[in-house]
Amino acid sequence: MSNATTVDTHALDSDKIAVRQPSRFSLAGRTIWTPLLLSLLLVAIAVITFMIGSRPFNQTVIDVFVRVILVVGLYVFIGNSGVMSFGHIAFTCLGAYAAAWLTINPAMKKISLPGLPEWLLATKLPYWQAAVLASLFAGVMALIFGRVLMRLSGIAASIATFAVLAMINAIYSNWESVTGATSSVVGIPIVRTIWPYMIAAVVAVFIAWAHAISRSGLALRAARDEPTAAAASGVDIPRERLVAFAVSGAIMGLGGALMAHSVGVVTPDTFYLGLTFTTLSMLVVGGMGSLSGGVIGVVLLSALIQALRWLEAGVPIGDSTFAIPKGLQEIALGIIMIVILALRPTGLMGNREVTLFRKKTK
Amino acid sequence: MLQIVFDALTLGSLYALGALGIALIFGVMRLVNFAHGDVIAFCVFALLWPSVDAVAIVFAGNLPWYLLIPFVVLVGAGLSVLCEIVVFRRFRDASPATMMIASFALGFVIRYFLLMLFTSRPKSISLLPALSQPVEIFGARLPLLQLITIVTTLLVLAGLTIFLRRTRFGLEMRAAAENFAMARMLGVRANRVIMLAFALSGALAGAIALIFGSQTGTADIQMGAAIMLMAFIATVIGGLGSLGGAVLAGFLLGAASVVMQVVLPVDARPFRDAFVYGAVILVLLFRPQGLLVARGTKERV
Repeated sequence: MSNATTVDTHALDSDKIAVRQPSRFSLAGRTIWTPLLLSLLLVAIAVITFMIGSRPFNQTVIDVFVRVILVVGLYVFIGNSGVMSFGHIAFTCLGAYAAAWLTINPAMKKISLPGLPEWLLATKLPYWQAAVLASLFAGVMALIFGRVLMRLSGIAASIATFAVLAMINAIYSNWESVTGATSSVVGIPIVRTIWPYMIAAVVAVFIAWAHAISRSGLALRAARDEPTAAAASGVDIPRERLVAFAVSGAIMGLGGALMAHSVGVVTPDTFYLGLTFTTLSMLVVGGMGSLSGGVIGVVLLSALIQALRWLEAGVPIGDSTFAIPKGLQEIALGIIMIVILALRPTGLMGNREVTLFRKKTK
Repeated sequence: MLQIVFDALTLGSLYALGALGIALIFGVMRLVNFAHGDVIAFCVFALLWPSVDAVAIVFAGNLPWYLLIPFVVLVGAGLSVLCEIVVFRRFRDASPATMMIASFALGFVIRYFLLMLFTSRPKSISLLPALSQPVEIFGARLPLLQLITIVTTLLVLAGLTIFLRRTRFGLEMRAAAENFAMARMLGVRANRVIMLAFALSGALAGAIALIFGSQTGTADIQMGAAIMLMAFIATVIGGLGSLGGAVLAGFLLGAASVVMQVVLPVDARPFRDAFVYGAVILVLLFRPQGLLVARGTKERV
């Protein structure tokens, strides 16, 4: 508030740039409803799950929250920069293994992962501290890779990010003494309550929102829509992309750490093409350019997958049970995705966000 | 030494044929077709009778070779054209990302359709067993199959070049690849050209299926994916939309994989793929548009 008043008095002076200051706060005010409503949706899902209290359903919803984190992480880079990335799951992999290194019982670590440095072998952190550190680690690695990759654009950048994914996968699948190669790393403490996952998902949504309305996020979106004009107006495109890449890398790492804690086991192949395409599909079906689209895409597609699985297991109708044949679940999912995309090529949300009020200007 | 050269050429041939199948479609409609790998798998399974047993019940695979080869190639072309008519025709105006995800979803559908009929267990098949006999050339003993793979690839490439340079369809395709809107205005029928591209790409998938199937002797639902990843990368390194570039990069990637396998110290060999992908990033950094830049894909300002 005091900031606004000083700006007001200065506005009469020649300081023209300061006059624009309030518009930034009003931007936050105008857009805050999006993350609030999305968080409300997530909290509602968590509360309903808690009240139902069924173990398998609880686990399903935890998976949904983890995927929300991952897709929001993808949105921060892909949505804002318009560059398709196939490599973000690499940072999820880094985050998951970092969480494993930090939380497995030291006695067990000495046997299964003897190649770790001495200090890491001796550490055992509570899961939430490990998750934060894993997220930072993934973010720093994204910063390092991004320094090189962000000089590329378009499809070359997409392929280069894919090469990063394949590279990390090749290293983690073969580095026996540190990652256990292709065999699973077990003994990661499992967290079964739903709240930490919900809180992390909400935090991810707010980070994505804060990045999107920050100076860097606005510049990046300007560069996405009009690269030439943005560059001519002084936007350093590689730099803004790098910021988004690091932020999204950190969110992906957080998702990876929580994913590790939700199942207690990590293998390199969990974090490869399958997860890459699941998360990308959710983002694209929801709407690539929209944070709400990402979250809604995850919730809808997850619900759809769950419903199809339920049908596959068999539903009693009267005396007989109705079940669809095995494998039809995936086929139906694929067909439904194609139909959604054919009807709405920009995804369910397009570029719009959910808000309470309609925008006055277009 | 000669063995290494032939290994590199064989692997390169597979990548080159795969990359060509992707580049053809990308050229005319800017679609990166992720379903291509699953079309390859489908071609192999078309030879078998649906069953859940581990032992494959060979069905069309018993045909003599002069019927077998056209059969597989036609299956590939047919499935590919079907994909275009049923799915991709609806995505003409969509963004590349949307088309890509749609093609991925389509590949998913094909893969799980196969899984439903055949289960996910790899099945051993003996496809054209006469080809695995070794022959001796310049003092190196090579399986006949390697030679045939290389020769077939060269023949396919030569045939495709003649087709694209000398026939009316080829001219239309090249025009469409260079500037699709302009070609349409000058009387090129868009749907026909795109269908032709899909048919050619599917026929190439059939060729890969035959070669890879007889090389590995197994039918696996995942088999398309491994080749496709490399082929996909080859298409981009070669310069998206440039057919020559795709072939060149396919052979280069094959050579890089084989040479690294030999040159790297034993400790580092498991990490071979990491080195290959690192090399890919380096190439992209120095030549982001690819080795050979296709006309019409340059960014315009």
